[in-house]
Amino acid sequence: MTKTKQNQCWIILGATSSMARAFAQAVADQGASVILAGRDMDDLKRSATDLSARGVTAEAVKFDARDIATFQPIIDRATRQDGVINAAVFVGSMPPQDEIDTNPSLIDGVVKDSHTGPAAFLTMLAPIIEDRGAGTVVGVCSVAGDRGRIGNYVYGSAKAGFATYLSGLRNRLTRAGGHVVTVKPGFVDTAMTWGIEGMFLVASPQKVAADILKAVEKQRNVIYTPFFWRYIMLIIRSIPEFIFKKMSI
Amino acid sequence: MVWKTTDYTGWGRVHHATAELARPERARSLKAVVAGHSCPAIGNCRSYGDAALNDGGRAIDMTRMNRIIGFDADTGVVTVESGITIGDLAHVFAPRGWLPAVMPGTGFATVGGCIAQDVHGKNHHNAGSFGQHVLSVTLLNGDKRTVATPTRNAALFRATMGGIGQTGVIAEAKLQLKPCPGDVMMVTERRAEDWDAHIALLDGSQATYCVGWIDTTAKGDALGRGIIEEAELAAGLLPKAKPSKKIPMDAPGFALSAPIVRAFNNAYYRRVPTSGRSSVKRIDEFFFPLDKIHDWNRLYGKRGFYQFQNVVPLDQVGALKAMLELIAGAGLSSPLAVLKRMGPGRAGHMSFPMEGYTLAVDFPARETAVDLIAMLEDMTVDAGGRLYLAKDALASGPAIKAMYPDHGDWVKQVNKADPDHALETDMVRRLNLREAG
Repeated sequence: MTKTKQNQCWIILGATSSMARAFAQAVADQGASVILAGRDMDDLKRSATDLSARGVTAEAVKFDARDIATFQPIIDRATRQDGVINAAVFVGSMPPQDEIDTNPSLIDGVVKDSHTGPAAFLTMLAPIIEDRGAGTVVGVCSVAGDRGRIGNYVYGSAKAGFATYLSGLRNRLTRAGGHVVTVKPGFVDTAMTWGIEGMFLVASPQKVAADILKAVEKQRNVIYTPFFWRYIMLIIRSIPEFIFKKMSI
Repeated sequence: MVWKTTDYTGWGRVHHATAELARPERARSLKAVVAGHSCPAIGNCRSYGDAALNDGGRAIDMTRMNRIIGFDADTGVVTVESGITIGDLAHVFAPRGWLPAVMPGTGFATVGGCIAQDVHGKNHHNAGSFGQHVLSVTLLNGDKRTVATPTRNAALFRATMGGIGQTGVIAEAKLQLKPCPGDVMMVTERRAEDWDAHIALLDGSQATYCVGWIDTTAKGDALGRGIIEEAELAAGLLPKAKPSKKIPMDAPGFALSAPIVRAFNNAYYRRVPTSGRSSVKRIDEFFFPLDKIHDWNRLYGKRGFYQFQNVVPLDQVGALKAMLELIAGAGLSSPLAVLKRMGPGRAGHMSFPMEGYTLAVDFPARETAVDLIAMLEDMTVDAGGRLYLAKDALASGPAIKAMYPDHGDWVKQVNKADPDHALETDMVRRLNLREAG
């Protein structure tokens, strides 16, 4: 392993998910320090201890996408550090669509978790990236955001909104030396998908993390992971609406 | 959504199970799963037979509970979630001067699995078994959480070491690592021309790590020939890792047929010069030689295979030779066969090791192999030896109980820890292990 990224710090939002854990491990393997942010502090502390035992500088901080008061301390903590500050966003929530149908007030939470919360955080972080003239933002969206489907269109619409936000943020940060990678994972073998019927071509969190890291290094703009989801979604997006509206996929 | 119906097998792929699996990723969810439904925990399913199977029931897949949750760099004491693998621990700590004190033949084994089988390694003759380096375990039973150490809840601790998961879900463990000078191995290989030479080299070895590969196809004067590997940990330059390979599909039946195995073994034996040789190897290459070939169990085809492993007391070396004659005569075995001298170290009632010689041989799953293994089982009983539960797929309950004199004490402990019998597995039911013999 080559420790080439020692002046890099990654803030990982939603760090309790297995995809985020795999990504934290991947950047840590390269020598970056990590700030693990999320709601379950007990679990985050375990992950921070794990990474520390592996020789990485890691710490756990509180982040709740629905509580903007938790944002500033993380930004302050990151700015105390020299070097390049990066952020990776793995937050999001997907209650079953039928629960949302009976309780529409759940929609607010989904949008906060998957879109407006992380967008607000990144908007607070953007001046620091501009100031330092470097830094990468990884935003994990979803193939569900590429087209609204009957099964999860509230979650999909929140992720679509976040993807559009990231596109704009990329436009902004690029001119200051920063970069934004939009990641659209297909089915990933996580606690969220465990036991759900109809999963196919399921990728491991480690595979997705490796793909994201490669995209960061190559400064890719939008990636699908695994790659073939680009073509699956190309087909799904090109189905005419008058046919799509009658389908249930 | 927590439970997922899954078909899975033991490593030998003979026994199958369909079970509902939960796979928690956080301590909180593990606790909730066990509180809601106590059931056996499984790791990477590297046990060959049915030790990890619970057909028609439920099991908890621990592989995502794999973090280091405490490490003291001064003492080498590490606390882990039990789904972490031995290979991961070796990879993380060897460059920093620490190594698991005992490592089994695959780095994919989880710490939970190593405890549940009280595994041994190539240094058993001086380091003892895995459980002898465990400082504490945290067990979950329903909503109960118990910490057991060699002094606190000592009887429960002893029943847990080698206790095939019957005392509770092993959630966490604290291990004493051993200091290591670097992350390479100095390995010396020597030919042993026949059985007597093989045993003499094993008996005479002063090395920290020592194991014999045995050519089970050799007969007559060459019976028992093989290669003795002795190794010491050392500091030095790390040789480059060879890329790992995958077995993409089940091999056809003839892949490991007798003429091919004979030819392979002959070449493998002759690869080491008559005068022997020394070389520097990576730690993983020495300890986990087969891990480089992912899914190597597919080489045996879709019918799978059995691994027979027994140990006999030192003075029964003649009985072991007779077993090898039977194996060589049957012409069924594969290239994977190991002979090793064990020390007396064992940590639990149902731990496999005893001072003596252990032989491990793979056989493709055929009717003739089943008959052969039954004969070997009888001969092992007669020799006062025992079979290894991590490998077993075929033994009978009375035979196993006869081999493990502490079985009765173990039954008392596990039935106290798990009075509802929620942790029983296919192996426990097959061998009727939860009832005193």
